[in-house]
Amino acid sequence: MTSRKVAKRGFSLDYIMWLFMRLSALALYAVGLTGLTAALIMGARTQTDISTLIRWTFFQNPSHVFSSDLVNLDGFINQFWQIMQITAVFFGVTHGLNGLRTVVEDFMGSTIWRTLWRGFIFFSWIFMMLVAIYVVLAS
Amino acid sequence: MALNRKVGFFTGLKYKGGGPMWAWVLHRASGLAMVLFVGLHILAGFLTQQFGSEVGLSINIIYENWLFQVVIFFLVIFHAVNGLRVTILDLAPKLIEYQREMIWAEWLIIAPLYALIIFSLLKDALSG
Repeated sequence: MTSRKVAKRGFSLDYIMWLFMRLSALALYAVGLTGLTAALIMGARTQTDISTLIRWTFFQNPSHVFSSDLVNLDGFINQFWQIMQITAVFFGVTHGLNGLRTVVEDFMGSTIWRTLWRGFIFFSWIFMMLVAIYVVLAS
Repeated sequence: MALNRKVGFFTGLKYKGGGPMWAWVLHRASGLAMVLFVGLHILAGFLTQQFGSEVGLSINIIYENWLFQVVIFFLVIFHAVNGLRVTILDLAPKLIEYQREMIWAEWLIIAPLYALIIFSLLKDALSG
């Protein structure tokens, strides 16, 4: 039985991703709270229900407010929120798929399966980002 | 690093890790559930927007069901608040001394938030 390898000090992909998980969580908080605050200021406090408000907090997408009772949607559907959505997509999808990688690699040694999983997760990451940003820009 | 120990699922459940262990387990489970949920939601949005597809619509009908929302709101709120706890502990390691108290504080934040949402969801669902 050999002892496990200790990662060398300094920057490595694992360290960068560890830091990224914390910072992207804070970034998602910032995006969500910006959406929540702005929605309350723009009339959500009296004009809609809590489900709509939370949907909007999670992701500031036009289809999350179309079916609500909000009177004026001009402030909710514009380029600023498209930028916020792309930010949320980048941090959200990267955070989620790196989390999946972390869970998967806890159950894998250095086998071919780990390589296959890494490839699958990498291509899912690219694919999900492209599809989501396409939907944001086309809506 | 893969471990070579063979620990069964039910043996693992007997591990007395307490609050921090269950927070870890729930954090992983809710994270995986959200990857699945958000992934399918992105695909459903794409299919509905670009092709008006029935598949996309039927996936989103499940998501709009109040029972599903009761579950997903819990998973998201737990993951967010627990993630904030982990972030605070990692960025201010001296607080690790108070990690059990932080778990209690975490549930004290989640409970009123979630109760408010449940109340609102049920009110809408039951009044039709």
